[in-house]
Amino acid sequence: MGRSTTAKDAQALFQSLRSGYAGTPTNLKIIDLYIVFAVVTAVIQVVYMAVVGSFPFNSFLSGVLSCVGTAVLAVSLRIQVNKDNKEFKDLPPERAFADFILCNLVLHLVIMNFLG
Amino acid sequence: MARNLEFLVVALLVFASSCESAIFNPVSESHRSAALELFSPADGSFGSLEETYEALKTCEVLGIEKKPDIRISACASVVDTLLSTSTAVKDLFHALRVNGILKCELNDEAFAGIESRLKDSLNNANSLLDFYYSIGGLVLIKDQTSAVDVLLTDADKISRSIKALSQSDGRWRLNSNNPESSNDAAGKALEALAGVISLASSEIDQSLIATLKNDIAKLFDGVARYDDGTCYFDEKLVDARGHQGPLSASASVVRGITAFAEVTTESLNVRVSTVLGSSAPPLTVKLMQTFISGSKDASIIDQIVFDDPEQKKNYATGGRTKVPIHVTGAITIDSAEIAILDSDIGSPETQKKLDLPGENAVALSANHLQKLMLSFRLTTPSGHAFKPHQDFLGLVEKFYYLSGKYDIQLTVGDSVMENSFLQPLGHIELDLPDAPEKAARPPPQPVDPYSRYGPKAEITHIFRAPEKRPPRELSLAFLGLVFLPLFGFLAGLFYLRANLKNLPKSTVPATFAILFHLGIAAVLALYALFWFKLDLFTTLKALGLLGMFLMFVGHKTLSHLASTSAKLKSA
Repeated sequence: MGRSTTAKDAQALFQSLRSGYAGTPTNLKIIDLYIVFAVVTAVIQVVYMAVVGSFPFNSFLSGVLSCVGTAVLAVSLRIQVNKDNKEFKDLPPERAFADFILCNLVLHLVIMNFLG
Repeated sequence: MARNLEFLVVALLVFASSCESAIFNPVSESHRSAALELFSPADGSFGSLEETYEALKTCEVLGIEKKPDIRISACASVVDTLLSTSTAVKDLFHALRVNGILKCELNDEAFAGIESRLKDSLNNANSLLDFYYSIGGLVLIKDQTSAVDVLLTDADKISRSIKALSQSDGRWRLNSNNPESSNDAAGKALEALAGVISLASSEIDQSLIATLKNDIAKLFDGVARYDDGTCYFDEKLVDARGHQGPLSASASVVRGITAFAEVTTESLNVRVSTVLGSSAPPLTVKLMQTFISGSKDASIIDQIVFDDPEQKKNYATGGRTKVPIHVTGAITIDSAEIAILDSDIGSPETQKKLDLPGENAVALSANHLQKLMLSFRLTTPSGHAFKPHQDFLGLVEKFYYLSGKYDIQLTVGDSVMENSFLQPLGHIELDLPDAPEKAARPPPQPVDPYSRYGPKAEITHIFRAPEKRPPRELSLAFLGLVFLPLFGFLAGLFYLRANLKNLPKSTVPATFAILFHLGIAAVLALYALFWFKLDLFTTLKALGLLGMFLMFVGHKTLSHLASTSAKLKSA
C-alpha cells in the first residue's frame, strides 16, 4: 500500500510538474532547453575525463567551465526575462539578452585562452 | 788579560756546517756594556797595539762610540811604530790594522817605507807567521793608500812556499821545523794565500788554487761538533801563544776561507737572502766558497759572519748554509719547424717555419695516416748544443676518435734554462675515422663522492615520460558524443516551434539584425582562430574592433526590437 502510494505520489507530482511547465512561455522553454544542453555537454566531458584521466587538466577545466558558465548565464537570463519576476519588471528583456551575449563572449574568450 | 782579549775578540764565529742551526742573538745593550767594561783602557791606552786593534774593532762592530782621547794616544803609538825602523813585522802588521780603523795621519812616504820593509821580510820569510804578517801588512797598505805599488812579482814562489807547509789533513804547520799542525795555522795560511793572490801581478797557477780548494775541503773533514749540532774547529796543541781554544781557531779558519773565497770567486749572479730575527748592524754575509760538483749543480757555502765579540760562553750563532745553486742561462732556440709527414715515407706534405719563442698561429690539417713532426735546436749562451731534459708537445695521445680542431702547445724547459716557455703553436685539424662500435667513449669525469663542494656527477637528461594518451578512437567517439546534445537542442527547438517571427521585415532593421548575428559569428570565429594560431594580443586587438562593431549593431537591433514590443504592448 505504502509503495503504491509513494509511486502514485511521485507520478502525481511529476504530472503536475509537467502540466505546470506546459504553461511557461516559449522563450523560457527555449532557455531551459539551452541550459539542459549545456549541462549534458558538461556531464559528457566529465565522463570522458573519468575514462581517460585528467592529463591536460586545464583543457578539462576549460571545457567544463565553458558549459557550466554558459548555463549559469542562461539561468540569469531566464530570471531577468521571466515576466512573473517582480524584481526585474522594469528591465527590458532585450537588455537582458544583450548582457547575456556580452557575458558569454567574455567567458568564451577566457575559455579559449585556458584551453591550451 | 791579553789572552782573554784575544780569545774573545778575534772575530768570533761558530758555524754549523751542514747543520743549519741558526740561533741568532742580535747585538744588545748587554753586549755593549760588557765590551766597554772589558775594554776600558788602562791609563789612556790599551797596552799593546794588538789589544788596541782588538778593542777598536770591537767597538766598531758593536757600534760603540770611541772616545776621542783614545784615538789620539793610539794614533801616536801607531805612527811611532810605523815610522820607527826597528819594529818587528808583527808590530807593523798590528799598527797597520789599527791605522785601518783610526785612519791616522800617515803620508805616502811613510807607506812606501813600510812597504819596502814588508817586502824585504817577505823575501826572507821562512815561517808561516812571517808570511802572514808581511802579506797581511801589504794587503793593508794596498787598502789604505793607492799611491804605493804593492804588487808581488813572485807570487807563485811565495804561494808555493806557503803551500809547502800544508799537510795532508788540511791543516798547516807553522814552520818546517815544527811538525805540529793546527787549524789556526791553516786559517792564517789561507788568509796569507788569499792575500798573495790578490796582490799578484800575474795570474796565479790555477792548479794551485784547485789544490787549495781540496785542502779546504779536507779541513772541513776535521770539523768537530757540539751536542746541539753546532760545529767548530778545535785545537789540540798548545803553541807559543798559549792554548787557542775552539773559538779563535774556528774564527781563524773562517777568516782564511773567506779571504780565499773572495779572491777566487768568479762573479756569479747569486742572490743570497738570509732570514734573521733582526739584522744587527755588525753582520756581513760572505760567500765563502763555491763547490762545483759533477753535475750542473753548484753549491755555495755562505757564511753569516757575526763580528760579535763573544762573552764568556760560546754562542751558537750564525749559520752556515749550504745552498745549492743552479747555474742558469738563457737558452736560445732557433730553426724551429713543424711539419706534417705523409705516413712513413717522411716526405713533408706541409711544412711551416715556427718562430720560437714568438707568437705562432699555425693552422694544420691532418688525418690519421699522417705524422706530425716538430723540430728545433737549442743553443746555450756559450754556443753549445743543449739538450733539454723535458720537452714535449702538449698533444693528447688518445683522441677518442673525435675529429676536430685541436690546439697545439709546445713546452720546453729544463732546470738550468732561464727562459723555459710554454707556447701555443696554433691548431691542427684532425680528421679521424669514425669510432668503431666498441671504441671507448671519453670517460666521464670521476666523481668524488665525499666532496661536498666539488662537481657532482654528470646528469644525462632524461625526458619526462610522456603522459599516457587515450586511444584515438575513444577520443573521437567522445567527440561525436559531445555533439549529440547540440543536436538534441536543435531538435528541441524545433519541437517547441521556435520561430524567427520577431525578425524585422523592413530593410534597415533587418540588415542590422543580420549584421548582429554575423557579428556574433565573427567573434566566435575569432576565438577559434585564436585557439589554432593567434596569440592573445592580436586576438584582443581584433576583438576590440569587432566588439565595437557588434555593440553598435546590437544596440540598433535590440532597441528596435524593444520599441517594437513596447508598441505592441501599448497597442
